[in-house]
Amino acid sequence: MPTLTSAKKSPRPAARVHGRPAPELIFGDLWAYDPAPETADPKLKPRYELFIGGKFVAPASGKYFDSINPANEQKIAEMALGGAADVEAAYRAAQKAQETVWGKMPGKERAKYLFRIARLLQDRAREFAVAETMDNGKPIKETRDFDVPMAAAHFFYHAGWADKLEYVAPGRKVAPLGVVGQVIPWNFPLLMLSWKIAPAIAMGNCVVIKPATNTPLTAVKLAEIFQDAGLPPGVVNIITGPGSTGGLLMAHPTAAKIAFTGSTEVGKVIMRSVAGTEKRMTMELGGKAANIVFDDAPLDQAVEGIINGIFFNQGQVCCAGSRLLVQESVADRVVAKLKNRLRTLRVGDPLDKNTDVGAIVSRDQLATIQGYLDIGVKEGCKMWQPAGRLPTKGFYLPPTIFTGVTQSHRIAREEIFGPVLAIITFRTVEEAVEKANNTPYGLSAGVWTDKGSRILKMSTELKAGVVWANTFNKFDPASPFGGYKESGFGREGGRQGLLDYCQLA
Amino acid sequence: MTGTAQAAFRRLFNEIGTVDQVGIEERVAKYTTRSLKKGSKLFGLKLATSMVDLTTLEGKDTRGKVESLCQKALCPHDDRTVPTVAAVCVYPSMVKHARRALGEDTPVRIASVATAFPSGQAPLRTRLAEVKGAVADGADEIDMVINRGAFLAGEFQLVQDEIAAVLQACGGSTLKVILEVSELETYDNIRAASFLAMRVLRPNDFIKTSTGKTSLNATLGNNQVMLEAIRDFYLDTGTPVAMKPAGGIRTAKQALQFLIAVKETLGDEWLNNTRYRFGASSLLNDLLRQIEKERTGAYQAPYYFSEAAESY
Repeated sequence: MPTLTSAKKSPRPAARVHGRPAPELIFGDLWAYDPAPETADPKLKPRYELFIGGKFVAPASGKYFDSINPANEQKIAEMALGGAADVEAAYRAAQKAQETVWGKMPGKERAKYLFRIARLLQDRAREFAVAETMDNGKPIKETRDFDVPMAAAHFFYHAGWADKLEYVAPGRKVAPLGVVGQVIPWNFPLLMLSWKIAPAIAMGNCVVIKPATNTPLTAVKLAEIFQDAGLPPGVVNIITGPGSTGGLLMAHPTAAKIAFTGSTEVGKVIMRSVAGTEKRMTMELGGKAANIVFDDAPLDQAVEGIINGIFFNQGQVCCAGSRLLVQESVADRVVAKLKNRLRTLRVGDPLDKNTDVGAIVSRDQLATIQGYLDIGVKEGCKMWQPAGRLPTKGFYLPPTIFTGVTQSHRIAREEIFGPVLAIITFRTVEEAVEKANNTPYGLSAGVWTDKGSRILKMSTELKAGVVWANTFNKFDPASPFGGYKESGFGREGGRQGLLDYCQLA
Repeated sequence: MTGTAQAAFRRLFNEIGTVDQVGIEERVAKYTTRSLKKGSKLFGLKLATSMVDLTTLEGKDTRGKVESLCQKALCPHDDRTVPTVAAVCVYPSMVKHARRALGEDTPVRIASVATAFPSGQAPLRTRLAEVKGAVADGADEIDMVINRGAFLAGEFQLVQDEIAAVLQACGGSTLKVILEVSELETYDNIRAASFLAMRVLRPNDFIKTSTGKTSLNATLGNNQVMLEAIRDFYLDTGTPVAMKPAGGIRTAKQALQFLIAVKETLGDEWLNNTRYRFGASSLLNDLLRQIEKERTGAYQAPYYFSEAAESY
């Protein structure tokens, strides 16, 4: 603990001194925060099985793989390695449940299960937050305040829809599609699971889903909640395993629809594999969002938004504001403010309640990001990272910004999926739109200005699924989310999201 | 608002920038999720104690009340590792009593609210005479109110001239300029008034949120607006201005949240009572209660630490 310095007497007022070094703020350790670990028990088992037909079953292969805590590289648990036989069993269970129970059940009955799942998840929120943080490396304050509450919110929201489905498409009748196959990424394991499952089952579909190889833990933990909620066997089936198992799941003939969230690269492979079939598809893929700051924006709040845009979840967000487009007249001020703010971000143990930036999900991902840092430097961009010590074990990277970036630099074109911000300047509104749209992606964008009419103009001209105005990374179950161009198609959330899980008659 | 007043505001906002209400309130909400444990909590509690301007500003104040307040200021707790508070804050008529009670050689400073506190609605010469009188009676610090009427009418020069006149009347005493944020209404206006005041002030003079006499006083939001104004002004000019939130901070928990805002906005150099103060009365006993809790691991019975500031 630092010692309390005695109160200094106020110095005599002095005339302003010119010509001294530029004033600086000191963010030192005069008042350091002590460790504040979240202590809730994640209630982990040493080994987790597949969840098929309402039961936990061993994989046909008899093989298991380790789930690693990226914050300290320790093994958390063994996860079942699902393969072709397991995928087959899961689809059979799902089809049976859909045809005999779930598809026929009145919506208001289905709603009860969804409400129950949402409430049970709320009851066990701290346990799930800790488990998610251990599995993924994201800070506990994010899992506690965002991932878990938002996952519950998606179940609540879609529970509310389940008995009102006739209003999803007024004048038309809606019916479930059947069995849907879903593959989700590692950046928001529990939340993506809820995004995918809740609308599907609210509509009367049954689900076979594969969580990401790196982050399967909370998915199988949620299966415990499905059991506790009495969800009929087979409505949701969870297969853990490698990427190849995800491929089998997507290609399975029983799936009436497949939904994928992940990289554009894998999305293209999946789309090729189902080309020529009747399968419906929803793809939520990569992004390289522009966060556009005009000179009349409230700059301190814009800086907060920039940080929330790219350093939330260590930048491992498909809609991350990874390109900062800042008007030339305020660029220096914004960068200076940004650097000062970054110096107060706390990087470290994700389980510490005061940690702002946690660990990168895996060694591979860390290496990929570091590769991009090298590319940025080699191509002549100027890299800056705040000073500070990182834990010796675990996959950590300080928040990184690049200045002097142009549209042609690779770090401005390719999705890095890490805490790396490329700062580009512009002069006019037209130039901002042009640069923002000059990307194969189109998932999200942000606009910071005091001028309302400019927000409206930008929101129509930016080719992005979401345009945030004077905020960033805001989500709500009622708000549809999805992309333009190579960021995918189909929407998740809201009435539009439900439309993607039904057939209209 | 007249056309000229509007133009004056427009010019000032263009110069210093504006504040987004939703954004800044989101920012300060994050301070409340910081978790202080053990040593860092105790350090924060003691630091906050050393920053208290122990205040009594009532019509019924007497010499006796001020004397007991001074005693509490000098010796907040039996535990001698607890620092003295920064200052006592009294009406001008009570300054001489405070000086007699504290003596000349004391770590506790005497602050006095002058300039027709809280409204400021007296002729300038009356306000200046009040300031000079308080300084002559021994006030180390003067808490003045700005002319809110002039500010809202866009007469910025008048606002600044009055601050400059009071500053001169202060002589060597520290000046604290009360913006009375609840009467300025918007965050933009609070930022603007902060800049107007800072452009006149000396290093380590204060800007202060409020008188404590209106419905809305210090909040994390207006504290943050003023801290960011101080930061921007400091980085531009090199002049460090100090900050005092006042009114409405009653619990140790609140005080720690305000200090976290200071730590993460202005940094270490503002974490002392030369640069940051709390205008408060009942806060002190809650700080002491929490310090005692950290020391013993248990909360004391309520009669050990009165919640009524009356009973210091």
